[in-house]
This record gives sequence, C-alpha cells and structure tokens, in this order.
Amino acid sequence: MVRNILEIRNLSVEVSGKRILNNVNLQIPEGEVHVLFGPNGSGKSSLIMTLLGFPAYKVVTGKIIFKGKNITSLPTDERVKMGISVAFQNPPAIRGVKLGEILNHLIREESKINELLSKVKFPPSFLKRDINLGFSGGEVKKSEILQALAQNGDFIILDEPDSGVDVENLKVLGGAVNELLRDRSALIITHLGFILHYVNADMAHVLINGTIVCSGSPVKILGQILNEGYSWCMKCIQVKKQRCELKINQQL
Amino acid sequence: MYTSKEAALRAKNKPAALGPDLDLNQYSRRPKNWEPCPLSDLSEDILRRAFEVGVVPEEKSRSATFFQIDHSVIFKAIQDAFENKIEIMSTREALKKYDWLKNYWWKIVKVDADKYTALAELAWDQGYFIRILEDQKVMIPLQACIFISVDNLNQNVHNIIIAEPGSEAQIITGCTLHSNVHRGLHVGVTEFYIKEDAKLTFTMIHNWAQNFDTRPRSGAIIEDNGVFVSNYMCLKPVKSLQMYPVAYCRGKGARARFSNILYGVGDSYIDVGSKIVLQNEGCRGEVISRAVATDRAQIYARGLLQGEHDGSRAHLECRGLLLSDEAMIYSIPELIAKVQGAELSHEAAVGKIAEDQVQYLMARGFSKSEAEALIVRGFMDISIFGLPEDLEAEIRRTIGITTERAL
Repeated sequence: MVRNILEIRNLSVEVSGKRILNNVNLQIPEGEVHVLFGPNGSGKSSLIMTLLGFPAYKVVTGKIIFKGKNITSLPTDERVKMGISVAFQNPPAIRGVKLGEILNHLIREESKINELLSKVKFPPSFLKRDINLGFSGGEVKKSEILQALAQNGDFIILDEPDSGVDVENLKVLGGAVNELLRDRSALIITHLGFILHYVNADMAHVLINGTIVCSGSPVKILGQILNEGYSWCMKCIQVKKQRCELKINQQL
Repeated sequence: MYTSKEAALRAKNKPAALGPDLDLNQYSRRPKNWEPCPLSDLSEDILRRAFEVGVVPEEKSRSATFFQIDHSVIFKAIQDAFENKIEIMSTREALKKYDWLKNYWWKIVKVDADKYTALAELAWDQGYFIRILEDQKVMIPLQACIFISVDNLNQNVHNIIIAEPGSEAQIITGCTLHSNVHRGLHVGVTEFYIKEDAKLTFTMIHNWAQNFDTRPRSGAIIEDNGVFVSNYMCLKPVKSLQMYPVAYCRGKGARARFSNILYGVGDSYIDVGSKIVLQNEGCRGEVISRAVATDRAQIYARGLLQGEHDGSRAHLECRGLLLSDEAMIYSIPELIAKVQGAELSHEAAVGKIAEDQVQYLMARGFSKSEAEALIVRGFMDISIFGLPEDLEAEIRRTIGITTERAL
C-alpha cells in the first residue's frame, strides 16, 4: 500500500484571531503531485504557511502528519529538515544576506551550486546579490526554484511558481520544476495553471473560504475554472449541500 | 592672529557640542616607551588585535605601513615598488621636513572647536602623515595602526592625508588597544586634502573597550572632480564615542561619501554623524549609515547635508536595527538647502528584525538564532563601503571574527 507523505486532518487555523482555514482534510500519497486551486484570499498561501509552521498561523484544531510524524508543533527549520523544499510566492528581500550564503548553507560543494545555477540560467554573479533585493518578478521565481532544488527535499511546496513570468522564463522555470518534481511528491499552488504544461499532476483540490470544496482530475478542474471561473465551484458547493440536505431529509 | 597653541589654551575647558563631557584629568599621560621594531617582533596579542582592525603584519599586501603604539612611532615603511609614489611618516617628522605643511595644519578642523581638539594641540602625540604624489595610482592599500598598550592612557594623534592631483589610493586604518587596556581616551584629529581629480578611499575600523572613551575629529576638503570615500566601522563596546566628521566639496564636481557601520553592545554610548557641505557646481554627496543597538546601548546616528550651490545633489540613508528593549537608536537626519537648485533627500528607518525575514530563512533550514544572526550580519554588510573585491573579502574575514563573537 502507498503511504501518505502528507496528511492534513481536520485542520482549522486562525491569524490574529480570525479564522482562515476551516476543517481542511488533505492526503498526498508518496510520489504524487497535487495541485491547489482557489480564488484570491481563499487561504491557499495560508495553508502553506501553516504547513511550514509560521508562528502567526495558529492551529486551532486538527493536525499535520508528515512522513507519519505529527509535526503540528515543530518549528519551521525542523520541519523542512525532515525533507521539505519550498518556493515562495512573495519572499521578503533581506539586505546584505546573499543568495550564495543561503545556497552554501544547503549545499557544501561549489560545483553542485554552479550546476543548479545553470539550470535556472543564473550567472554566478547572482550568488553575490542580496536575496530578493531588486530582483525582477522572473528572477524571484527562479531564485525560489533554485533554493527549492538546493533544499533537495522529497516533498516540494510551490506557491505560484508561474505567476508574473514571461514566456521565455516560463520555459526555463518549467524545465527546472519538472526536474525538481522527478520521483518526488508535491503540493503546487497555481492560479492560471501554466506550470501544468510542464508537470504531470495527479490530483487537484479547490480551496474556497478556507475549506477544500472539491477534489478531482487537475485537467478537468482547471478547464472548468478557466471556462466558468470559481462561480462554478460555488455552484458545486451549493449542489453538494442541497444533495446532502436531501439525503438527510430522506433519512428523516 | 592667535597661534594654535593660544587658541587651544583658550578652548581647553570648552565642552563639545555633542556627547558626554569628559573630565580630562582622569586619564594618565604616562605611556610605555616603545622602541622602533619590525612588525614581526611585536607580540602575538598586539598583532592579533591589529589584524582585527584590518592591519596585517605581512608588508607585501600593503604598499605602506605606519604603526604607532601609545605615543611612539614604532614602524613606518614603504614597499620598494611604491617609493617616490607615496610618503608615510609621523606628522612630527613631516612638519620638520616640509615647511609648507603648516598650511595644512588645523586648517579644516578648528583647534579651538572643543576641549578635545585643544588637547590634541596641547598634548600632541604624533599621528601619521600620508601623501599620495601627483598622478600616482596606488592599487595596493596603505595601512596605519594606532595602538594603545597602557590602561587609562590618554593618546592624542593628529593625522594629515594629502591626495595630490590625479592620485588614487586606498587607506586602511585601525585604532585598537591591548587586551588589558580597559579605560582611556583616544583623540584623533585627521585632516584630509583631496586635490583635483584625486580619489581617496579611507576605511577606518575601531575596536575599543567598555570603559574607553574616544573623540575623533575629522574634516576633508575636496577640490575639482575629487572623490573622497570615508568608511567607518565600530563593532566592539565603547564607553563613549562621539564624532561628526565633515567633508567640504569645494571644487566643481567634487564628491564625498560617508558610510558608517555601528554595532552598539553592552553600555556603549555612540554618537556618530556625517556632514557633507556642497559648495560648488555638480557636487555630489552621500551618507549611508547602519546602526545596530543591543543590550543597553545608545546610538545617535546623525547626518547633515548642506547644499550651498545650484546643481549640487546629495542623499542620506540611515537605517537602524534595535535588538533589545533597553537599547535605543536616535536617528537624526538633517537637510539644509541654501540655494534653490540644491537637491537634498534622506530616508531613515529604525525597527526590529523583521519576522518574515526570520521565517523565510528558517524555511531554508536555518535555526531561529542562525537566521537572526545572518540578518544582523547582513544588515552590517560592508559591501556598502564599495571596496575593491580583494580588500572587501579580506576585511570581511577580519571583521567576521568580531561579528561572529559579538553575535
């Protein structure tokens, strides 16, 4: 039987006292790539911050099981050391902290770092840049994928790896992401699904108002969203609810 | 006309405009007598201390070296390849050698500015004279070390640096003390003359002790198209440090830049400003300061840009990082525009370590304390000094030792 690399059980989360995730349940079996869709503000990035254990995201109920271990109260660095790689959507700029310093912390061999640089088409001079300071949109995405590659985890989290990237860079990024995901498990947030041209996803989930409302084939769900927007998903919720109510009524 | 001695005598009790007023009688004027010797003859402890302020014992990696301990000059040398390109000697020797030098003596810094400048005149203990001769581009840095070996000593140096027209040089200077020196007072007067088309980068690193006071007094005059870059770094505790160096961009197109990196630790009281006066067409000025305050340190980070000529421009950037609730950073940027066409601007920001930055680095596998140390170190990154790559790497290594220990 295939084991789940990640299992989220009944997870509810608050930020500054405000509920942002509601009873989320999600299982990602080892080796599978899952996609998370959802409108702006639905809680996608919050789910990732919670998975990583950022202190502002308070778990009210539920738990997060990673590789069979309950990590719900572990600090961020200990979680990632268990084998998580992550590429953020909007990483902060840190003055004076060089991209090279972060990579050196993750990888000792210089040759390996140069190899990774060429994968995202960064010149070696990029290592001396202050992380994310004055990076263009495309450079931020490449730097994030580069760091995720360097982390070498077996579970990959990608938050909008394709947003704000031009066609040329998308190709480079797609190639790098494809390699990053080889034989690994992943959770990918994507808005427009461009990255799905480069990645074979096994399953998609739709998050609305902090709850997973729908799961199924990535291509099918993306098609519906692109055609009808998230209003289609809202309808789906209502239909499900009505069916549910009907069932309850019948039982009564 | 008063002589400088008379002016000094009248100012000998005059408190400085800023900083705690020190009782000058509390310090000793009894130095240890040091005989001249090669650097390699100095004790391991002295060499290590000097190294931490950027002064290296290997003469070959420096074009010239000046080393003073207490009130004695113990070493001065110029590498053969740089003879007839640069001059380095004590100011006492230089004043004897060159009659014209009196036209540079107390001409930028006023001898009666306060009791500390007066003290430097009335109890003058050497200091260095460095001159880069006309059109000489000296690609290997010069170095000077001013060292204190006796506890509670008062040391007053007066330095003169002249970059003749078309010359270019890098100077590293370090002021530090022996590990058994805990108290004392260092007064350092430095007058810089940057002539037409000359470029001078002056990097000064200070390492003092928790009960040690210091009052540097510096000024620079920059002529047509001259460039003066002044870098200052103080990462160790100090009882009180107060200075407010000024650069007068006097010639057309003259440029000045001050960069300061201050790490306030323990009970340090640090009051460091930089002032640039733009007096001609096309003058440019920049002040960058980074202040980190921890424990109970108090840091005053000042900056003053004064535009006196149309078509001059300057910017001031002051950032502070507060690492303790008992510490304090007071950032005071000032702009004075005296003509309509002077363009002056500033930005100032003081805050604690940003939580999102810590989390980002933790998501890359750094522990919380590693992430915070990395952010603080990055905040004080010396790349703002704009040094040549080799020199930057070298200073990064030397100060790495200090910051590693401090954090």
